Amino acid sequence: MTTTLIVILSLGYLGMLFAIAYWADRRADQNRSVISNATIYALSLAVYCTAWTFYGSVGRAAATGVGFLPIYLGPTLIAALWGTLLLKMVRVSKSQRITSIADFIASRYGKSHLLGGIVTIIAVLGIVPYIALQLKAISRSFTILLTYPEVTMPNATDSLPLLQDTTLYVALLLALFTILFGTRHLDASERHEGMVAAIAFESIVKLVAFIAVGLFVTFQLHDGFTDLFDKAETAGILNPLIVDGMDGYENWFSLTLLSALAVMMLPRQFQVAVVENSSEHHLRRAIWLFPLYLFLINIFVIPIALAGQLTFAGADVDADTFVLTLPMAYHQSTLTLLAFLGGLSAATGMVIVETIALSTMVCNDLVMPVLLRRWKQIPPNADLSQLLLRIRRGAILLILLLGFLYFRLAGEAYALVSIGLISFSAVAQFAPAMIIGLYWRGGTRDGALAGLLSGFSIWIYTLLLPSFAKSGWLPVGLLEDGPFGIELLKPQALFGLTGLNEITHCLFWSMTLNIGTYILFSFWRTPRVNEATQATLFVDALKHQRFLGVGLWRGTAEIDELLHLAERFLGARRAQAVFQAYATRRKIQGIKQLPADAETVHFAETLLAGAIGSASARVMVSSVTAEESLGMDEVLNILDEASQIRAYSHELEKKSQELEAATRELKEANERLQELDRVKDDFMSSVTHELRTPLASIRAFSEILNDDPEIELNERRRFLGIIVSETKRLSRLVNQVLDLAKIESGRADWNAEDVDLLEVVEQALASTEQLFAERGTQVIRETPNSACMVTGDRDRLMQVLVNLLSNANKFVSEKSGIVCVGLHTYHDRYEISVADNGTGIAADELPNIFEKFRQAGTASNKPIGTGLGLPISKRIIEHLGGRLWAESDAENGAIFTFAIPKKQNDALPPGETHAEKDSDRG
Amino acid sequence: MPKKILIVDDEPNIVLSVEYLMKREGYQVATANDGQTALELLSETTPDLLILDVMMPRKNGFEVCSEIRADPTLSGLPILMLSAKWREAEVKKGVSLGADAYITKPFSTHDLVNMVNKLLKSQD
Repeated sequence: MTTTLIVILSLGYLGMLFAIAYWADRRADQNRSVISNATIYALSLAVYCTAWTFYGSVGRAAATGVGFLPIYLGPTLIAALWGTLLLKMVRVSKSQRITSIADFIASRYGKSHLLGGIVTIIAVLGIVPYIALQLKAISRSFTILLTYPEVTMPNATDSLPLLQDTTLYVALLLALFTILFGTRHLDASERHEGMVAAIAFESIVKLVAFIAVGLFVTFQLHDGFTDLFDKAETAGILNPLIVDGMDGYENWFSLTLLSALAVMMLPRQFQVAVVENSSEHHLRRAIWLFPLYLFLINIFVIPIALAGQLTFAGADVDADTFVLTLPMAYHQSTLTLLAFLGGLSAATGMVIVETIALSTMVCNDLVMPVLLRRWKQIPPNADLSQLLLRIRRGAILLILLLGFLYFRLAGEAYALVSIGLISFSAVAQFAPAMIIGLYWRGGTRDGALAGLLSGFSIWIYTLLLPSFAKSGWLPVGLLEDGPFGIELLKPQALFGLTGLNEITHCLFWSMTLNIGTYILFSFWRTPRVNEATQATLFVDALKHQRFLGVGLWRGTAEIDELLHLAERFLGARRAQAVFQAYATRRKIQGIKQLPADAETVHFAETLLAGAIGSASARVMVSSVTAEESLGMDEVLNILDEASQIRAYSHELEKKSQELEAATRELKEANERLQELDRVKDDFMSSVTHELRTPLASIRAFSEILNDDPEIELNERRRFLGIIVSETKRLSRLVNQVLDLAKIESGRADWNAEDVDLLEVVEQALASTEQLFAERGTQVIRETPNSACMVTGDRDRLMQVLVNLLSNANKFVSEKSGIVCVGLHTYHDRYEISVADNGTGIAADELPNIFEKFRQAGTASNKPIGTGLGLPISKRIIEHLGGRLWAESDAENGAIFTFAIPKKQNDALPPGETHAEKDSDRG
Repeated sequence: MPKKILIVDDEPNIVLSVEYLMKREGYQVATANDGQTALELLSETTPDLLILDVMMPRKNGFEVCSEIRADPTLSGLPILMLSAKWREAEVKKGVSLGADAYITKPFSTHDLVNMVNKLLKSQD
C-alpha cells in the first residue's frame, strides 16, 4: 500500500469526522441537538476504549490470557453505581457550570485555585504517556500498513531523525484537528456537541472494525470458536493463556478497582460523562449500554490473540499488532484498512477528547489564576475571549507535543498496556477527594491537597521513576537496591511490601496514603465558610431541586459591571445574548432593568465559570462586587436550617407523641380520681343527708317545746322521747360512719383469736332478747352441740349477728314474728343464717341491699336504722375470709346467711380450704 | 274555712312535728308517707298547699312535683319542698320542677311556718 493511499484514507476519515462534528454543531445552534440522545451518550462514553483497547487488549491477552479483563470489569461494575454517583456529579456540575475534573475538585473544596492547579498538573503528567501511547499506536499501524501485505515489525522509532518521524506529523495533525474541533468558539457551557457526535461515530467504527476482524479470524480462518480453541490447545498455547494467565487475585482486584476509578476520573471520561451530558435521563441507558459495549468489544480478544499466535508462530510479530497484521497476513486488503481505521478511531477519539479536557483544565485552572494574579484581579479592558481561545489552542498543541516527546524518549520501553495502567494509577489519585467529598461534608481543602500530593508522590516514586529507570534515564540500581542502598525504600517494594505487581503495589501505597492524609488533614480543622457552603452543595446535590448557593451571597453589585465582565470573556455579542435570555427567563424586560441581586450575581458567576473555571469566575465576580463576608455561623445557620428543621420536627413529633401518651395517662388517672372523688362525694352527701334527717326532727321538736311552754305533759313527754331516740339514732349513725370508714381504709383493729361460733350465737341472742321481747317475736335456735371453732374477731362477729337479728326483728310483724337462727357445719366452713317471716325483700331490691344507705322496706314500715348496718356487716365477714348474702321470697320473709371458714387445723388442709373458699365466692 | 295542707314525708317524726306546727297555725292537715300515696290522695281532694319531702320510697318528691305540674286540675297548687337534699343543684332542680319554695332540713320551725303562711296568703 502506498503512503498516499493511507494518508488520503486517514485524512478522508478525519474529514468525515469533522463533517459530522460540524453538522452536529449546526444542529445544536438551531436547538435541534443530535447528541441529546441516550444511545449517543452511551456511545460517547466508549471513548474509554482507546488504541490501548483496540490493539493492546490482544497484546495483553497474548501475554496474560484473561488478564486483560479487569480493565473492563471495573467500569462494568461501577456503572451499576452511576444511578447515584454519576448522577450526583452531573447534577452538581450542571448547577455549578463545572468545566473539568480539576474544576470539580477545586469547586468542591471552596473554589480553590491551588487545588485546581494541582489536579491539572497531576492530570497532565499522568495523561501525557497515555497520549504518547495513542500516537505510537497510530504511527506504528501506519508504518506496518506500508509494507502490506508483508508483515514486518517497524524499527525502533528513536533511530529516525526527528523530522522523519511520522509520529510528529500525526501529533501535529491531531493538534490541528483538535483545535478545529474543540476551540472554534468559547462556549459558556463549555460543551462540544460536534465533538460528542464525532466520538459516538468513532465508537461505532472501532467496534465494527474489531468485530469484523474477530469474525474473520474466528469464522473465516477457523471453524468457529470451538475449532480455534481446539487448535490452540493442540498447539499448546491455550492452557498457558487461560490457566496460567490467572494472575494473583489481589492483582485482579486492584486492576478492577483501578479501572473502575479510572472510568470516573479520567479527564476525557469526565468530559463526556459529566460536562457533555445533556440530560440526566441519559444515564439510565448508559448504565447498561456502556457495559454491553465493553462486552462486545472484548468478545474476540482471546480468539484474535490465539489466532495470531497460531498464525505467527515463530515469527517476530508483536501481539499488540495482531488486529492489523492478521488481516494483512491473509491478504484481506479491505479488512486491513477497516482495522487500521478502527485503530485510528480509537486513538483519535481518545486524543481529541483528552486534549480538549486537559486544555480546558490548563487554561482555567493553571493559566487563568496566574493571569488573574498578574492583573491584580482586575482584567484589562479588552476582549479576553480571544485570549482564552489562544491559551487553549496553545495548551492543546503543547500537550500533544509533550505526548510526542514522551513517545520519542520512552516509547519503546513499555508495552502499550503498562502505559495505560500507569495513567490510570495517576488519575485514580483524584478518587478520594472526589468521591469521599461527594458524600462527606467534613473534607477540607487541606485534606484534599494532602491526599492528592501524597498519593501523587507515591505514584511518581513507585511507577514513574521505575519507568524512567527501565528506560535507562535513571540508574537501575534504584530499583534493585533502593535509593542510597536502602532496601526498605525500594520503589517497587516499598517498606518490604513484595509479591504484588507494580500497579497493585502503587495502588495500595498511594491509596492508603491518599485516603489517610485526606481524612487526617480534614479532621485537622473544621471546614471554613466557603468549604462548608460548597460541601453542602455537593453532598446534598440530590436533595435539592434548586441550586442553593444563591442564598449564600450578600453584598452589592452593579449590573453594568457584571455585563462588562462577561463581555470581556465571552465577547460582547454572546454575553449580551445570554444576559438577555436570562432577563427574559426572569420576566424582566431588558438587561439594564435586571436587579443586581444574589441570583444575578450567581448567574454571572456560573456563566463565567463555564469559560474560565469556577475558582477564577469567583475571583472575577468578587472583583466587581462588594461582597460582604458571611460569618461561619451565618452560613452554617443557612445550610443547617433545612436539616435542623427536619430534626426539630422529628423531635417535636416524638415529644408530642410522648405528651399525648402522658396526657392519656393523666386523663385516665384523673378519671379514676374523679370517680373516687365522686364515690366519696356521694358518700359524704349521703352521710350528711342521713344526719340531717334526725337533726331535723330534733330541731323541730326542740323549737316546738321551746316556743310553747304550755304544751300538755303527755305531748311534751312524747316529743322529748322522740328527741332522745333521734339523738341516739344520730350518734349510732356517726359511730357507724366512722366504723365503716375505719374498715374501708384498713385502719380498723382486728383481733385474730379462736372463736366458738356457738358462744357468739348465744351472746348475740342474749343481747337482743329485749328487742325481740318488745315486739313479741318468737326466736328459734338451731345449733349443733359441739363447739364450732373459727379464727376471727369475736366482737365483730357479734356485731354482724346482732345487726342481722335486729334487722329481722324490724321486718317481722309485731306479735306474730318468728326469727330462726341456724348454725350449720360444712366440711370446710360454718354457716350462720338468720331467717324471718317478715315482709321480705323485693327481687329488684336484693342486689342493692348491701349498698350504703340503701334501706329495704316501704314507707309504711320504714325501718328505724342507719342504712349502714348491712354494708358494715358485709365488710366484716369478707375481712374474715367469709361471705354474706341474702335470699328472699317476698311471701316467706328473708334469709341472711354468712359463711366463715373453719379454723385451719380444724378443717381440711389449707390448700383445699382456699380453693373451696374461692369457689364459694365465685 | 281552714286551709288544708298535705304533708308528705317518709320520716314519721318529721311528719309528726310538721303536722303539729301546721295544726297550731290553725290549718287542716292530711299526711302521706310516700309519693305514690300522696298522688292518690291528691286525686281525691285538692289541698291548699303541699309540703313535700324528696327522698321517699315508691315515688320521690321530684317525680311527684312534676306530675302535679303536668296535671291541669292541680294547677296553682303551692308546693313547698322540705328536704335533706341541701345542695344548690338539688334546690334548683326542685324550683325548676315547679316548687314554690324549698326549705332544707334541719329547718327552722319559724321559717317553715312563715313560708307556709306567705304561700297561702299569696294564693288568695
